[in-house]
Amino acid sequence: MLTAGLAPVRAASFGDFVARAAAAGRLVVQPRMGFSDPDRLRAGLAATKAADAVTVGTLTLDSYTRVGDHTAALEALTVGADLNGYPLVAHGPETTRAVLAGLAGDDFPVQVRHGSAVPGDIIAALGPSGLHATEGGPVSYCLPYGRTPLRESVDNWRRACELLAELRAPGVEPHLETFGGCLMGQLCPPGLLVALSVLEALFFTTHGLRSVSLSYAQQTDPEQDAEAVRALRTLATELLPGVQHHIVVYTYMGVYPRTPEGATRLLELAAELAVRTGAERLIVKTVAEAFRIPTVAENVAALEAADRAARRTAPEPSTPDDQFGILAEARALVEAVLELADDPGRALLTAFARGHLDVPYCLHPDNAGRSRGYLDDRGRLRWAETGAMPVAADRAGTRPMTAAGLLTALSHVERRLDRAALGTDRLGVHR
Amino acid sequence: MPQPPLPVPSALHVLVTSVQSDAHTWNLMFLQLTVEELGHRVTNLGPCVPEALLAAECVRLRPDLVVVSSVNGHGFADGLRLIAGLRSRAELAGLPVVIGGKLGVNGEEGAQERGAALVEAGFDAVFGEETVHLAGTGALPAADGSRLFRSYLAALPAGLPC
Repeated sequence: MLTAGLAPVRAASFGDFVARAAAAGRLVVQPRMGFSDPDRLRAGLAATKAADAVTVGTLTLDSYTRVGDHTAALEALTVGADLNGYPLVAHGPETTRAVLAGLAGDDFPVQVRHGSAVPGDIIAALGPSGLHATEGGPVSYCLPYGRTPLRESVDNWRRACELLAELRAPGVEPHLETFGGCLMGQLCPPGLLVALSVLEALFFTTHGLRSVSLSYAQQTDPEQDAEAVRALRTLATELLPGVQHHIVVYTYMGVYPRTPEGATRLLELAAELAVRTGAERLIVKTVAEAFRIPTVAENVAALEAADRAARRTAPEPSTPDDQFGILAEARALVEAVLELADDPGRALLTAFARGHLDVPYCLHPDNAGRSRGYLDDRGRLRWAETGAMPVAADRAGTRPMTAAGLLTALSHVERRLDRAALGTDRLGVHR
Repeated sequence: MPQPPLPVPSALHVLVTSVQSDAHTWNLMFLQLTVEELGHRVTNLGPCVPEALLAAECVRLRPDLVVVSSVNGHGFADGLRLIAGLRSRAELAGLPVVIGGKLGVNGEEGAQERGAALVEAGFDAVFGEETVHLAGTGALPAADGSRLFRSYLAALPAGLPC
């Protein structure tokens, strides 16, 4: 049992830790871990720290906390029901400090991941809990996650950035990561992912953050992904001068392979992508991803597998590759948005209202919903329709997406990796 | 080649929605396309629909069927609250409402009991990962969930006041 009381949590600077690891030539690997039980979470953090890899810790919050329903979270704790993450606000800072005591510190920073468009309570709970690194974004933590009006999310995230920046203290630089490089997880061509990651990072720094990370979620093709991560780096370097920043790659966020071999191979591909392109941090996924919330042991195995894959991969000197035109596309989107207003938040609102940004397959009322991504016959992500975005579609005269076509596209990566694991012929006869 | 939806005499207006805490969208997008391809009309409320909004939309739109889909593991708990809210309103007491997806956080453990409890609470059918429960029929194997969902839709009368 954890004891209540103000347990000391040592200060730590998330961005500095990642920078030191990068300087030493090591990829930082991180789980997506979160349990409602404090003891179990503490054990998970301890195992993450002890893993044979350079790691940072994660507190993934539960869905009730994400939507601000702390009463439902508290009720679940009271009756002993399992939540799908850690209810930071319902548990309160004393419990969280006890979870982190002796674990979090300069050698093991811990980040909170949540997905809230109404993050006020969560951000307010960070400081008292001994935390100052999190993830978010006015667009990416709003559109895919529900119905909060984008205008409210922009206001909420502006205040969240200001509140987070106030945690700055000697030895502590608050850190915020964009979720913009993920959005719906699948079927969004990379140019828009890169553009939104950059725009959200600009939003963060406008509102006081000095240390940020820019995300990019692994998609369907290693070459296309590598070009995207390099485009993200180029734009971040240009647009965030004097800001401490790094790139974080998310292991595939879509339908995950069901075979252990396929799941591990997809994770290795993500680690290879990160090292090849000079990304500094990787969020891993586990062999259990297709089935349920992974255990601590499965998370540790994934961290160590990712680290092994990273250490046997060499960085590839950046090349001016533009096979897919991702840099030009992302730059066109970013510039079109920034022309709309001096303030990035206002610019984002106008851009979505006019459809200059339009997230494919996103049902949010403030998204135009006219764009569509598709997979070409080589498994690369392309634009079928771009609506009012300043981007050309790759295919004229589109076929309508069917339920079966959507499933095929959504399961493309899973099928490819699982077939490779099981042997094409065995699966081939059934498909 | 995909065929455009055929207008059918018994076309239903189907409200597709998730539960209050569930942010997943792809399941809703897939359901919309599936139901549309069967010739029905869909209003898709998207993810994270508050219970009050769902009830208000049910009263306003008078759909023939509500399809609730949830995959974040909170579907059982949220589903119980949702259906209690809908059934407490006299004008929605007879509205056909079904739920499906990944309804608990522990996979198949307790799936049978969850399905039975959701039907008991007022759902007309539960299309779980492990079992399908139809009100008045009991549990069926989920292996045939997709066919059962289609035949459930086919059997629903359209345009009835609820």
